[in-house]
Amino acid sequence: MGDETRIPAADGVTRGLSKLMTPKLENSKNGLITTASSIAAVVLALVISGIMLKITGKDPINAYRKMIETGLEHDKLLEALQRATPLMLSAVAVAIGFKMNLFNIGVEGQYLFAALIASVVGAAVSLPAPLHVAFILLVAMAAGSVWAALAAVLKVKRGVNEVISTIMLNYVALSVIQWLFDTWFRDNSKSDLNVKTKVLPRSAWMPDIVTGRLSSMFIVAIAVVALYWVIVFKSRFGFRLRSSGMNSVAARTAGISSNRMIVSALVMSGAVAGLVAMPSVLGDIHAYGQGVPDGLGFAGIAVALLGRNHPLGIMAAAALYGFLESTAGALQIQHVPNSIIDVIKAIIVLTVVIVNEAVTRSMNRRTASRTSSALQVAKPIGATA
Amino acid sequence: MRKNNRFAAVALLATVGILGTACGSDSKKADLCPGVTKGSVSTPPLKLGVAFDTGGRGDGTFNDAAGRGACQAVGELGADLTELEATSDQDRKPNLETLTKNGDNPVIAVGFLFSDDLKTVATANPKTTYGIIDSVVDLPNVKSLVFAAEQGSFLVGAAAALKSTTGHIGFIGGQEIDLIKAFEAGYTAGAKAVNPDIKVEVKYLGAAGDNAAWGSPDKAKEIANGWYADGADVIYTAAGGSGAGTIDAAVASGKWAIGVDSDQYLTATPEQQKHILTSALKRVDVAVFETAKAVQSGDTKGGVRVFDLKDDGVGYSTSGGYLDDVKDKLEAFKQQIIDGTIVVPTKP
Repeated sequence: MGDETRIPAADGVTRGLSKLMTPKLENSKNGLITTASSIAAVVLALVISGIMLKITGKDPINAYRKMIETGLEHDKLLEALQRATPLMLSAVAVAIGFKMNLFNIGVEGQYLFAALIASVVGAAVSLPAPLHVAFILLVAMAAGSVWAALAAVLKVKRGVNEVISTIMLNYVALSVIQWLFDTWFRDNSKSDLNVKTKVLPRSAWMPDIVTGRLSSMFIVAIAVVALYWVIVFKSRFGFRLRSSGMNSVAARTAGISSNRMIVSALVMSGAVAGLVAMPSVLGDIHAYGQGVPDGLGFAGIAVALLGRNHPLGIMAAAALYGFLESTAGALQIQHVPNSIIDVIKAIIVLTVVIVNEAVTRSMNRRTASRTSSALQVAKPIGATA
Repeated sequence: MRKNNRFAAVALLATVGILGTACGSDSKKADLCPGVTKGSVSTPPLKLGVAFDTGGRGDGTFNDAAGRGACQAVGELGADLTELEATSDQDRKPNLETLTKNGDNPVIAVGFLFSDDLKTVATANPKTTYGIIDSVVDLPNVKSLVFAAEQGSFLVGAAAALKSTTGHIGFIGGQEIDLIKAFEAGYTAGAKAVNPDIKVEVKYLGAAGDNAAWGSPDKAKEIANGWYADGADVIYTAAGGSGAGTIDAAVASGKWAIGVDSDQYLTATPEQQKHILTSALKRVDVAVFETAKAVQSGDTKGGVRVFDLKDDGVGYSTSGGYLDDVKDKLEAFKQQIIDGTIVVPTKP
């Protein structure tokens, strides 16, 4: 627990750190390179998928044209945004972890657990409309945090790798949800096959921006992305978080407790994860049941990777995924198997990693050669003094 | 570098995760109805849309039955068939909309999980007629297609009791929900009608909402092996794809298994066929075909249609000829149910 004590030299180190962090990545040129490499990765993925389509005897040009045609229809664009909403939230949850060098693979379990708890608690209270929705959102965030905190405690107290613990906690979450649902929370008053928890009262129904098309959770998701930007990239807390993630030893020397950062990062990550299913719970099903989509936690990892953990990147990546998913039906009608969408999404993740690695290496090489030439220039000046 | 390796590892994990879902739905869409020649086209041509849930064709029972009905409509009514399969929970509503927009009429949703989404889509598109299997959606343009599954189950229960030499039989259900409890209730009632002292074991693979229950043949096999070892000699499984496990166990121990929904004798291997006593039929194909036919002939009204023994919407299969010696007794039961002399319970 020595991390708490401030070391005299800490200020110097902090300054050094902040120089290190004055985000190279955020200056416009590097930002451009990052953006360009992500776009290149997407294009590369489309080319590879096109070749796969060609090999299986489908016409890739026609498939892509159909995809763009239907994808740009008014309703389909709204659908893409609707699908992007939970992806943005899930990706932010993952990205908060990434920024602290923590891999929260447990968003899946966290959001499903939060969805159940929020639905049950939300149905049990009665509040005026806007408060009721806000209350449920808070409960969902709290429940998601609690589940994520389990992994944090395991890591801090027992040194359990969070990749392992969060993955395994997904399975634990599924079983716990099943047990809670069957034992207490299932609404048996209706003999409907589509089993749910008790339906939320009207005051907890979140209005749509466009009825039946786009949930107000879209705005909440945008707000969460903005908050993520402010907190992680602009606040002192975010600076500590990123420092600790980049080099926990250096950060500890500067008086930043890495344990505290681990717990805060995972708890924040879990809180955002808790919101992932809210578009369905508050806007569509108005309960927890079989219609609550699963798999969004894993999809969020891919979106965060593609968006390079950057707020704008996450929004763009989520929109792209939403767009791709919204066109799957139209492709099936054209006898293009809808699994091609999943294949494209998966190949994007791979190409992003490959392109990212290639760009990082070439940038490192450039920095190294620049540094060495700068040092060579500096020498003679020092010598004359 | 260490960070980058971890990054790559996580990316790979994400990829495998996504691809895992991709592998679930294979690309068998090119020729929906192999071997079916399209019938003469009516004017206006009938456009049939079928929305499958996740899983879709290839399950050997429920969804395949719906697919057969659709193909029958292609062959006999000259229907233009479009099928969409959901890959996630978020696909159901868009898929219904896509089919509607494609000009399909009727659009048939296969499975009760479509209920809420169908209600929304059907309300917004009053000119299209919809059908839904296994659920009741109360709208003027929705035909709710439900089955008196307990009646078919009653007959296979009677068959089980007639064929059992040990007086000990079993029932394995998928999810413990009312839909499947009706199968159990019918089966038990049928068995007791033949032999009031018969011992009927009952077990469910999962609780309500546990979708894994439809795809856990290993669990079904374990249960079946246990019961067969205890002296049971006929086991009926109403649990979708999990039923394959019971058939495996029956082959291994030389006992009888009873199939569900489709005639599973027809899709079994010759070795398995020797152990499939009968199958309780739920004619999802009839429901799909009848709906298409009704719409073609101008009947676009909504309402609930219960498919039962009377119109062969449910029944039992006789493939293999194992029931030849008891067929008269079963037909007598069937007649009594149709007459109303026997009222089959829907709750155990």
